[in-house]
Amino acid sequence: MRRILKRHEVVADEWRHLGEDATDADALIVPLADLRKEPAVWQARSGRLGLRIAPAESVESLADLLPHVALVAVEFPNVGDGRGFSYGRLLRDRLQFKGELRAVGQGVKQDKIFLLARCGFESFELPPEENADEALKALRRYDVVYQPAEPIEGIRRQRFFA
Amino acid sequence: MYRYDDLDQAFVDERVAEFRDQTRRFLAGQLSEDEFKAVRLRNGLYIQRHAPMLRIAIPYGLLSSRQLRKLGEVARRYDRSFGHFTTRTNLQLNWPNLADVPDILEQLATVQMHAIQTSGNCIRNVTADHMAGVAKDEVDDPRPYCEIIRQWSTHHPEFTYLPRKFKFAVTGSPEDRAASEVHDIGLHLKRDEQGNLGFQVLVGGGLGRQPIIGQVIREFLPVPDLLSYCEAILRVYNRYGRRDNIHKARIKVLVKSLGIDRFREQVDTEWQASRATAPRLEAAEVDRVRSHFVPPAYEELQNFDAAAGREPEFQAWYRYNTREHKVSGYRAVFVSLKAHGEAPGDMTSDQMEAVADLADRVSFGMIRVTHSQNLLLADVRQIDLYAAWQELKQLHLATPNIGTLTDMIVCPGLDFCSLANAGTINVAKQIQARFDDLDYLYDLGDIEIKMSGCMNACGHHHVGHIGILGVDKHGEEWYQITLGGSVNGFSALGEVIGPSVPQKDVAATIERIVEVYRTQREDGERFVEMVHRVGIKPFKERAYASHSEAA
Repeated sequence: MRRILKRHEVVADEWRHLGEDATDADALIVPLADLRKEPAVWQARSGRLGLRIAPAESVESLADLLPHVALVAVEFPNVGDGRGFSYGRLLRDRLQFKGELRAVGQGVKQDKIFLLARCGFESFELPPEENADEALKALRRYDVVYQPAEPIEGIRRQRFFA
Repeated sequence: MYRYDDLDQAFVDERVAEFRDQTRRFLAGQLSEDEFKAVRLRNGLYIQRHAPMLRIAIPYGLLSSRQLRKLGEVARRYDRSFGHFTTRTNLQLNWPNLADVPDILEQLATVQMHAIQTSGNCIRNVTADHMAGVAKDEVDDPRPYCEIIRQWSTHHPEFTYLPRKFKFAVTGSPEDRAASEVHDIGLHLKRDEQGNLGFQVLVGGGLGRQPIIGQVIREFLPVPDLLSYCEAILRVYNRYGRRDNIHKARIKVLVKSLGIDRFREQVDTEWQASRATAPRLEAAEVDRVRSHFVPPAYEELQNFDAAAGREPEFQAWYRYNTREHKVSGYRAVFVSLKAHGEAPGDMTSDQMEAVADLADRVSFGMIRVTHSQNLLLADVRQIDLYAAWQELKQLHLATPNIGTLTDMIVCPGLDFCSLANAGTINVAKQIQARFDDLDYLYDLGDIEIKMSGCMNACGHHHVGHIGILGVDKHGEEWYQITLGGSVNGFSALGEVIGPSVPQKDVAATIERIVEVYRTQREDGERFVEMVHRVGIKPFKERAYASHSEAA
């Protein structure tokens, strides 16, 4: 079973990606394009529904789907692609998404976890080679920040405020 | 100058600890080359031709004597006892050991310095006018705003993995001494009709393969909106800047492809939507930072002609290497890092420590690094100038050539940089040797040579009055020459005069070019003005004439 980092804990993943073994009752993450094709079909499942967005897709276009999903998985396909950081903030600040925001993909590394959490991500699907316990420590790497963004546990000072 | 508070110090200390851990994981094989590259670049560490290169940030070019002394000490202990100052006022160490870098950063943190975000696709060190706070025509001191931008951009949660690097420059005078028009964002302090302080905002300037002069995106941005507006620009760029081609990933390409008007509309839309959640720059915070930049305790002194009755050598130095100061009785003094025979911008540990001592005695213990790769002692009493000159001369730092043809901007080139196509230091030395006659240099007046060893343009060759670009031609080092570039006042990109020339002919070609100017200029006309008046044709005709014809 896949282990993920969620709210300062390493836990067993309750979610499946489309294409992985899943029953109708399992929580399932469906890529945006598939969800768009047959929204009614996916929403009729008994399990919880999540959607997955790639860097090139428009985050604003999710507005009508967000009330129907419990999770949004934002893809970080490689080390350098940082578009997902903006998507995290837009989903939280502008689209007011209150469900689970998850970072997925090869680009989710322990060295980015702190910044990702600050952009509103609360769970992290680490590539298999990443050490989850070290990643957990990385979440607490800094106790001071400059910018207003998602408040995370352990921050004692911040410079600028919205 | 700005002093770290508990937040700033805790942050750099935590950053050093993080990088120590990352370096350990890399050396233990737990972190791939690719992953380590992303984090080491964001801590200023390149892997270069001979060794790693560490680029240490000197925010807006300002150093205390204690910090300069520390740089000298670090260069001696961990490197080969010298460093190289860059056009963006950073200091590069060329030979540190990878495993020592965490220790170097820890040393730097003890004097409130770091190497954070001096490379990588993130917001880089912010630069300013080297005459900030002492220029007569200044609207306001740009440095507090640079410091605010430094803090806001440090470890920014959203903008640390941008499509490409992102550079800010801030100026407070009408004269643009910071090359702000070739930065991703250039900010010019100004006042509106009611006297409120704000910025003219330029966006999309840059050199490299596609040189572009920045365009005005906003005529007046009030100070409290500075950070929220910059966040809107950065967010549009982070989302829509190209990531498929490294050569098209700078914001200038996005601005150009959309056009400034459409880009402005997108930024405004984003700004209106995000202002409420973006950082607001409170007056109290501006005041807090400004309080660190109060003028030093100037004495009440009269201006006097320090050069009168002195030897011609001092008079030349006074004329070329010192500048007017807004406070009577003081002048700003250049420390020339352009001694003939030396690599431009290089400085030894001994020189750094000696200049730190000199600054303690004659310039309130402060030193500035300039865009033109020199240092500046900004607040020297006129009565101390002669003694300061004697000391600088002893240190080989008083070559009276500031603003002349041998005050060249030069990147490290093929000798150090793994991106370079051609050497620059040898060519600089050739030019220095050919133009070693100071009277000839003075007769030529203000001519800026800017040289880069490749099209990444770290030496800003596009905007040199004379630009020199190193190119690789079947494994040999050749040089393309451009004329008429400029950034100071009216920005212009230089025009290529023709085919590139081999290394051995560069200095002679430059000499033939400036001879055209010397013999055909109008009264009082500067070199770059003549190029703009007559075009490149007469220069081109002469540049490629054989030696005998030219003689």
